[in-house]
Amino acid sequence: MSDSATIDPGTVAHMAALSRLSVSQEEEALFARQFADILGYMDVLAKEDTSAVEPLYSPVQHEDRTREDLAINRRERDAVLANAPAGPKADDQYFVVPRIV
Amino acid sequence: MTDICSLSLTALSRALQDREISAEEAVQACLGRIETTEPAIAALLHVGGEAALEQARQLDAAGPDPAKPLWGVPVTVKDALCTKDMPTTAGSRILEGFTPFYDAFAVKRLRDAGAIILGKANLDEFAMGSGTENSAYQKTRNPWDTSKVPGGSSGGSAASVAAGQCFASLGTDTGGSIRQPASFCGCVGLKPTYGRVSRYGLIAYGSSLDQIGPLTRSVEDCARVLSVIAGHDPRDNTSDPRPADAYHTSLDSLSGDAPLQGLRLGLPAEFFAEGLSSEVREVCDAAITTARSLGAEVVDISLPHTNAAIATYYIIAMAEASSNLARFDGVRYGRRAPDVKNLEDLYVLSRTQGFGQEVRRRIMLGAYVLSSGYYDAYYRKAAQVRRLIRDEYLQALDQCDLIFAPVSPVTAWPLGSHDQDPLQAYLKDAYTLSLNLAGLPGLSLPAGLGAESQMPVGIQLIGPSFAEAQLLAVGHALEEALPSLPQPRL
Repeated sequence: MSDSATIDPGTVAHMAALSRLSVSQEEEALFARQFADILGYMDVLAKEDTSAVEPLYSPVQHEDRTREDLAINRRERDAVLANAPAGPKADDQYFVVPRIV
Repeated sequence: MTDICSLSLTALSRALQDREISAEEAVQACLGRIETTEPAIAALLHVGGEAALEQARQLDAAGPDPAKPLWGVPVTVKDALCTKDMPTTAGSRILEGFTPFYDAFAVKRLRDAGAIILGKANLDEFAMGSGTENSAYQKTRNPWDTSKVPGGSSGGSAASVAAGQCFASLGTDTGGSIRQPASFCGCVGLKPTYGRVSRYGLIAYGSSLDQIGPLTRSVEDCARVLSVIAGHDPRDNTSDPRPADAYHTSLDSLSGDAPLQGLRLGLPAEFFAEGLSSEVREVCDAAITTARSLGAEVVDISLPHTNAAIATYYIIAMAEASSNLARFDGVRYGRRAPDVKNLEDLYVLSRTQGFGQEVRRRIMLGAYVLSSGYYDAYYRKAAQVRRLIRDEYLQALDQCDLIFAPVSPVTAWPLGSHDQDPLQAYLKDAYTLSLNLAGLPGLSLPAGLGAESQMPVGIQLIGPSFAEAQLLAVGHALEEALPSLPQPRL
């Protein structure tokens, strides 16, 4: 698992890129130290023998039940667009973002 | 004249139904209490005073409705739950200005039962924290001592209930976020079984861990609120189809001199080991003596993965958070960074400016444990240990009926204690987070004041899945026998 030495500022920058976040130089050093601590702590799991254990991803106990396939108009366009962020954001029909092509 | 705000929800509800108190009087009393206490505790992010008064007047004009169990009862709701036409921020700048056009399932259930939503309670940003210090808007303070945290992440809810601003609040619990603030503020808090309350309209943090539940001033109040919000909802496919109980009607099933006769309470050795403060241990020991005097038998059990559960929990919670919070991209709602040149910048700058440091820390760690090369070592490994933890709980519950445990190893700490060291804060969640991994229900109830700090100490009852009725009945019997706390001096 982790080796604290591997959490260098470059790794922090990689984690930020995966997360669509940017990190200042100052924060890069702080996060590198904190991530090393936290991921170092996570190493306690390496001691657990899980070779024969199926992962448990959810505690749900019931069987999945599908709904009837009905068309329901649950959201009105105006209501959804009303929360578009400030700025040039919506044209009464769609959300607007910067040009991509 | 009766101080309306010091009544229990149960007593207020009776007085409202009997027209001894009007809904408007109840709302006025709460708004008055909010005005006098908010400067000291900062529990609420939004107060909808006018709307609440208007709703109360409409209810009064129509008259009490016995079919509505919370008719006229003022409540608050953690700001992680969507409320129609009322701002909802999850404590984050990224949702500043967001007003949902629909109610969360549990909120709709409250309204349908006649409850009046007074406002939205502060929380750690996206429910990530255990002190309500990570809100982007304000730090909530503990009504018992305003130099201390109220706990978290549902700290606004707990402080609001403890200060008499409302008669109940909805919180959410991903790793202890209802039970721990309830314990710190001297309230009752219940994390129901995973799937008991629909998560529709809850702004998701860790989807396989999150549950919504009540914070109240008594176990009976808690049972009344749970009876309203529990039940199946087809819009959340993790919502369990089995019908909910009328939990408040079975509270007196255990009565007489020895109401807990025949009940086996399991004490997990690992929860009473190193790390538990002496003042919390003393209150727990006294509560165990009380349980024995009511007829309960105490058995020793073991949960050997208690330590491993902390790492397991944080890996899973952070992984789920990184995925859930990907939706906040500045496109459809909330904050959008100004002056961006392309779509990538819009995403990165909106998120970087909108999320606070703890949220960014957890998203980045979550992305890391899910990333290529690390997935098996961290995320899959944690999911495997999660099964071991769940199985261990089920085996323990074969040896006893309910598990008895502390909620937190310590009482409320001073604001600012964990600013530079997030790991130290994570370690304090050891007694609450493992049952979220297992999906089990847990009830926190006040058991006394710590000898050293004079701050409230809560005890926790943990039961098998869907054993809420039993948890509440046992909690009710214990509550009647345990010393009752004074009101916080505010």
